[in-house]
Amino acid sequence: MTDLAWINGAITGARPQAIGALLRYFRDLDTAEEAFQEAALRALKSWPANGPPRNPTAWLILVGRNAALDGLRKQAKHTALPPDQEISDLDDAEATLAERLDGSHYRDDVLRLLFICCHPELPATQQIALALRIISGLSVAQIARAFLVGEAAMEQRITRAKARIATAEVPFEAPGAVERAERLGAVAAMIYLLFNEGYSAGEDEARGPLCDEAIRLVRLLLRLFQTEPEIMGLAALMLLQHARLPARFDVAGEVILLEDQDRTRWQSKLIVEGLALIDKAIRHNQPGPYQIQAAIAAIHSRATRAEDTDWAGIDALYAALERLQPSPVVTLNRAVATAKLHGAEAALGMIAPLEQRLSGYFHYFGARGAFLVQLGRIAEARTAFDRAIALANTPAEAAHIRRYLDRLTGAA
Amino acid sequence: MQYAILCYNDEDVVWSWTQEEDAAVMGRLAVVRERLAEKMGPSARLLPTTAATTLRKSPEPVVIDGPFAETKEQLLGFYVIDVENLDAALDVARQLTAANPGGAYEIRPIALYLPDKRVT
Repeated sequence: MTDLAWINGAITGARPQAIGALLRYFRDLDTAEEAFQEAALRALKSWPANGPPRNPTAWLILVGRNAALDGLRKQAKHTALPPDQEISDLDDAEATLAERLDGSHYRDDVLRLLFICCHPELPATQQIALALRIISGLSVAQIARAFLVGEAAMEQRITRAKARIATAEVPFEAPGAVERAERLGAVAAMIYLLFNEGYSAGEDEARGPLCDEAIRLVRLLLRLFQTEPEIMGLAALMLLQHARLPARFDVAGEVILLEDQDRTRWQSKLIVEGLALIDKAIRHNQPGPYQIQAAIAAIHSRATRAEDTDWAGIDALYAALERLQPSPVVTLNRAVATAKLHGAEAALGMIAPLEQRLSGYFHYFGARGAFLVQLGRIAEARTAFDRAIALANTPAEAAHIRRYLDRLTGAA
Repeated sequence: MQYAILCYNDEDVVWSWTQEEDAAVMGRLAVVRERLAEKMGPSARLLPTTAATTLRKSPEPVVIDGPFAETKEQLLGFYVIDVENLDAALDVARQLTAANPGGAYEIRPIALYLPDKRVT
């Protein structure tokens, strides 16, 4: 890795904590962001020449804070210190700050930043945009591309989110236990939503990296809440799903179903970590939706061949998820396991009552079509697949169903 | 004298490497390992500290999620090397540093070394 790549990595890695600390000083998101930006620019100039500081985060916070204070002083028409002089006495100050950083501020600063981005008054789309801008440090143009909107529109979305936060009550003190738990749930939900945005896009250049950003954020959250089994579960779920990325699409960009994927292409590094985390979570004996979904993903990960899959285990886990979080989509997923265990007839019976509620859901008609094909009810299958194509969310989804239809025509 | 070389770095950064970046570093480290084959014992790369569990050895042992201690930099792995003295150990660490900059290596003499006796 080149020096510059290492520096960029260190700056990105330090970003949440540095911005969190700068926000604590200045109590204003824009000031904190600009201060960090300035510090990052100076790091790019200074680190290659002088070597990286012992604690890059402390360095960035200190330089950012000084730069912002300098700016404020200039605004107040005072004479500012020359910036070089500030940097030259940095070593001692950095050491003191580094010591303090190891203390409790770290957790509170990063948490405050996450909570602000997931403020209950912000709609989910604004939460995600704000988190990507402030915490991940993606450019407005990158975020706009990922969400298929114009740059001006995204800029406006972020500005609006910031304005809403500025007028809302933003707690600078650490929240109490109950509020903390609620807001932790909101942060987890935002991260999983972000992950799914990237997941559905697959290897798309603009949207695919959203998965990496989501994983970066969930690691951050897990670091803050090391004993929360649901956060372990969420991290495991995302890692196990993301591990399959290299096998999920063919060269033409079309979807390859789980059972047809080349499992040797799954990323074992992510799987090992995911399995370790879900293993750790389960010991707590406090099941939750993320843990159960991760446990299902873990069963798939452990099967070296599709035919080795423990469908009874998956069926039992979906049953548990249905009890915990009843939803037609969960039942639909369970039906896939039921089809493997008890046949397509049973699966069809299971999803029949869902039709009304899932009448606009692509996967419902895709699954229904697949079950009907297995039973040889070709005409009905064709109708279901046609509905699925009409409801497809991406060209890849539509193409996938079209291939089924082509196969039916070939068979008839 | 045997030494353990302990690898420290910011795991948030290291575990955010893309697959390509990761493979590049591991590839360079493999070259060093190859070059020093007769001096190198086993080595290990550890999962992030978020995957760690600690057993606190009180009279009633308590299981705690997370690593033993939280610091900005985490133990990410270690090497076991067999060299003459601290200077030689530092030299090995320098060669590893050239392949994988950032963070630090802690060099600590080993009091007891148990080799892997598995037959592969």
